[in-house]
Amino acid sequence: MGFEDTIRKIFFRKPKNALEGGADGNKPAVPEKVSVRCDKCRAILISSELDNNMKVCPKCGYHFKIGARERLIALCDDGEFTEMFADVVAESGDDFPGYAQKLDKARAESGEIEGVIAGVGKINGIYTAMFAIDYRFIMGSMGYAVGERITRIFEYATLHRYPVVGFSLSGGARMQEGITSLMQMAKTSAAVGRHNDAGLLYISVLTNPTTGGVSASFAFLGDIIVAEPDALIGFAGPRVIEQTTRQKLPAGFQRAEFLQQKGYVDLIVKRGDMKSKLGEIIALHTGGND
Amino acid sequence: MAPKQANKQAATPAEKKELTPYDIVTMSRDKNRPTAVRYINGIVEGFIELKGDRGFADDAAIVGGIGRICGMPVTVIGIEKGVDTADKIKHNFGGAAPEGYRKALRLMKQAEKFHRPVLNFVDTSGAACGIGAEERGEAEAIAVNLREMAGLKTPILSIFIGEGGSGGALGLAVADEVWMTETSTYSVISPEGCASILYKDASKVREAAAALKLTAPDLLAKHAVERVIEENGFSEEYFAGLKKDVYEFFSAKKAEPTDSLVKKRYERFRAF
Repeated sequence: MGFEDTIRKIFFRKPKNALEGGADGNKPAVPEKVSVRCDKCRAILISSELDNNMKVCPKCGYHFKIGARERLIALCDDGEFTEMFADVVAESGDDFPGYAQKLDKARAESGEIEGVIAGVGKINGIYTAMFAIDYRFIMGSMGYAVGERITRIFEYATLHRYPVVGFSLSGGARMQEGITSLMQMAKTSAAVGRHNDAGLLYISVLTNPTTGGVSASFAFLGDIIVAEPDALIGFAGPRVIEQTTRQKLPAGFQRAEFLQQKGYVDLIVKRGDMKSKLGEIIALHTGGND
Repeated sequence: MAPKQANKQAATPAEKKELTPYDIVTMSRDKNRPTAVRYINGIVEGFIELKGDRGFADDAAIVGGIGRICGMPVTVIGIEKGVDTADKIKHNFGGAAPEGYRKALRLMKQAEKFHRPVLNFVDTSGAACGIGAEERGEAEAIAVNLREMAGLKTPILSIFIGEGGSGGALGLAVADEVWMTETSTYSVISPEGCASILYKDASKVREAAAALKLTAPDLLAKHAVERVIEENGFSEEYFAGLKKDVYEFFSAKKAEPTDSLVKKRYERFRAF
């Protein structure tokens, strides 16, 4: 056995048991932190307790970021979520410097091949089309694949007359894809428009952070706009605004509560209440017993 | 335009070949370029400016109104940067606030009602950036324009006449066709923004300008624009030629059934 093989065997061996790796035993062993510090109240939290509480701090209610797939599974009855359009991925043809490496890194960090997960599931027994953007994928940057999957789920929902629930999160457009990334704003908004014209319900849930090209397209086009507590929501990011205007931004600026006060958010819903609240709203729009 | 300024812009085809993407960026921002108001005066007869979003205010960064092109009634909207310092301040350097996008949408809906085609001139480094713009829902205003323009039942033509900065430009550019003048740009982010975020180095602005593929030939290849307009030093002939082209475009589009027009517009953006 050569030296390289030895190295490979040491560093790339398959995990021996479930504790070392994923439950399926195929994922590489990644050491999980046992404890984390809350970004807001600074309390030391046990990781497993945080996970069991849908990544909401049990001490102060701070909403940590949560993976897209985790979110959708938590929303669906019995956790039964069927993913769609998983074959839609970023076009590798574009030769923007460093983009290929950026994609590799995002895929490794998120365990997903693209930045949005779309599909269908039942919410309190009602078929609903849904999507969620993953923060670990270049902070939810919108390129071709993100725009295409979201467009397709709206087209699918229009065809089958399903409501749509979308969890938005983004730092902005995926500039590595140039003008194609900008065009995703128009493409997704047009698809939302057709769903809207068909008289169907779209609930947009704004999560921390929702900014840039995503906020200026499908995220703000919901019939009902929901936000998670304290989520940063805006067009320009706070750092850019401070640099441009040379003004200190007031406390709470661009947070969900601020947007609600200014008239841009219908309701603020805690993550633990999300399924029941969305379920109530969807049931109101699907005829019921009238 | 004054002749000396016109000469400055006039490059022979051979000279144009030598221009780098960053040269084009610089030219697209040249203070001597004709702004939207110059275009409106150049090709619209009897322009009547209409103001206000009916909700909050009138945003001078967007100039809109009604008039005729070769006798045909049209609605015309332009993002105006201003020509001298006082004028630039008045127009917020072409950075439109939410009420600007809402005024534009009000005028486009009015055009739909009266079966007038819509002509938009785009020239902006980006939508207004500031506390007020955020408080009044800049993102929501642009988002609604995108959705509503995609379904507007009247022809829309957007012409890029300088800078086409990101969502602020797109907010007036969900159109049946997008044209641009040969030294205009259209980009998801400014080269400066791209350089500082991606390369962590603002001086790499030339590399960023090249990587973003924001010039007319690149955008034509991507089908982000349908037509590139020769600038000819922004002469009187230039405006006369553009006027004729716009009239012919609208004449053809007006003859199309509305359903087919809107369907084609959807497919234009669906293709990206």
